[in-house]
Amino acid sequence: MSERVWRILIESFPKILLPGLRMTLPLTVIAFSIAMVIAVIVAMVQYAHVRVLSQVFRAYIWIIRGTPLLVQLFVVFYGLRAGYYMSPFWAAVLVFSINEGAYCAETMRGALEAVPVGQIEAGYCVGMSYTQIMRRIVLPQALRTAFPPLSNSLISMVKDTSLASNITVAEMFMATQRINARYYEPLALYLEVAVIYLIFCTLLTWLQRLGEKKLSAYTKKEARHA
Amino acid sequence: MLEVSNLSKSFGGVPVLRNISLRVDKGDVTAVIGPSGGGKTTLLRCLNFLERADEGQMVFGENTYNLRNVSKHDIAAIRMRTGFVFQNFNLFSNKTAIQNVTEGLVIARKMPREKANDIAIRALERVGLKERASYYPNQLSGGQQQRVAIARALATEPEIIYFDEPTSALDPELIGEVLAVMRDLARSGMTMLVVTHEMRFARDVSSQVIFMEEGQIIESGPSAAFFAAPREARTQTFLRNLSAEEKI
Ligand SMILES: Nc1ncnc2c1ncn2[C@@H]1O[C@H](COP(=O)(O)OP(=O)(O)OP(=O)(O)O)[C@@H](O)[C@H]1O
Ligand SMILES: [Mg+2]
Repeated sequence: MSERVWRILIESFPKILLPGLRMTLPLTVIAFSIAMVIAVIVAMVQYAHVRVLSQVFRAYIWIIRGTPLLVQLFVVFYGLRAGYYMSPFWAAVLVFSINEGAYCAETMRGALEAVPVGQIEAGYCVGMSYTQIMRRIVLPQALRTAFPPLSNSLISMVKDTSLASNITVAEMFMATQRINARYYEPLALYLEVAVIYLIFCTLLTWLQRLGEKKLSAYTKKEARHA
Repeated sequence: MLEVSNLSKSFGGVPVLRNISLRVDKGDVTAVIGPSGGGKTTLLRCLNFLERADEGQMVFGENTYNLRNVSKHDIAAIRMRTGFVFQNFNLFSNKTAIQNVTEGLVIARKMPREKANDIAIRALERVGLKERASYYPNQLSGGQQQRVAIARALATEPEIIYFDEPTSALDPELIGEVLAVMRDLARSGMTMLVVTHEMRFARDVSSQVIFMEEGQIIESGPSAAFFAAPREARTQTFLRNLSAEEKI
């Protein structure tokens, strides 16, 4: 590689990383947190077969999972003129939360249903109420089961945030496009941003391992008769 | 202290329990025996409302309930006064042994944590598992898990404990330790209703026996008389046909 390309790469690195830290990361963290809240509520309502609300949530999941994320971003930002009420960043948070919430809700529902019914019956037999059983027994077990697939969703989301550049959020990918417009080194620059995404995702994978280790106390067998 | 009359239950039109009536006095150990599919588990589950009976009446302590329309509130109140031990233990897998025991005290009965821990330690000590207090269920053997489950039932000071074949999911060498705990409970005056295939246990420990087949109580009575001289032909056949190791 020529000296010029190296210089561009080095100079652009902070200019790409900074929007990553200021936009991509907060967008991911905030939207995913909201998505988790949505997911738990939607999954619990369906798990408990709450009438009407269950059907409403099924429709929500059906629509969100059946349409492209990019189209959803456009509908909200350009169609509904979300930019008129909020910054592009918050419009993106809105769309990503709703979108991710639908997927995570399905993950959570599956995990809730995987909790053996005997756990619930045992809860009733020691005098606990449905709510107490959900909060203390079923939900913790379901979250443990759902942890790997949810981590997977989170990692996906980091990369999907690049789509937010389409609604003028100045995140990493948009920063890269801008720099490329000036220097025209697409291969080097897009590989550079790819590497930064890779670093983010690697860190998350590492965090996932750590989390799984912490959560594994009651699922691992090695400690048996220790 | 527990009296059930004319309890009936069907699943999808198929009658599983027909006109069951039974009576358990304080301190009784009642063994429920009978062939597979006879409705023993279903009966126990109906008594704790894990299954809802279609018909029948229950006197529990000082109260009378119509099983057809017991309120949620009544069900909760009855469960607070009973214990249940499952065939496959059903320990909370995300809780340690001691947490399994304290859960019903701290969460359901709002007992202060320290007091609950004291009670739980004593309950675990009673089943010989004090040193395993901080183990998770999957770190315990089947026999140990079932003993924790007994401690969990015991800790809430129930007026009666229901056991559904507490040893039949266990390897033969682990059965003894669970039966020993149950013997100890029986000696201490605990009221117990035990579905079991352990005939020796039924004969030696129980005060009365209920023989069930095809959803009906065929014969019931004091254990000594029941085993020495069963009246009904079907009971006689059942006892005669027990496999060698089940025989007494
Ligand atoms: N949830 C259910 N739905 C439909 N049928 C059921 C259900 N639970 C039990 N039954 C049926 O009710 C009958 C009695 O079952 P139950 O489990 O009470 O018998 P059991 O005496 O406990 O047998 P075992 O000694 O094998 O445990 C069986 O024919 C069974 O198939
Ligand atoms: Mg049974």
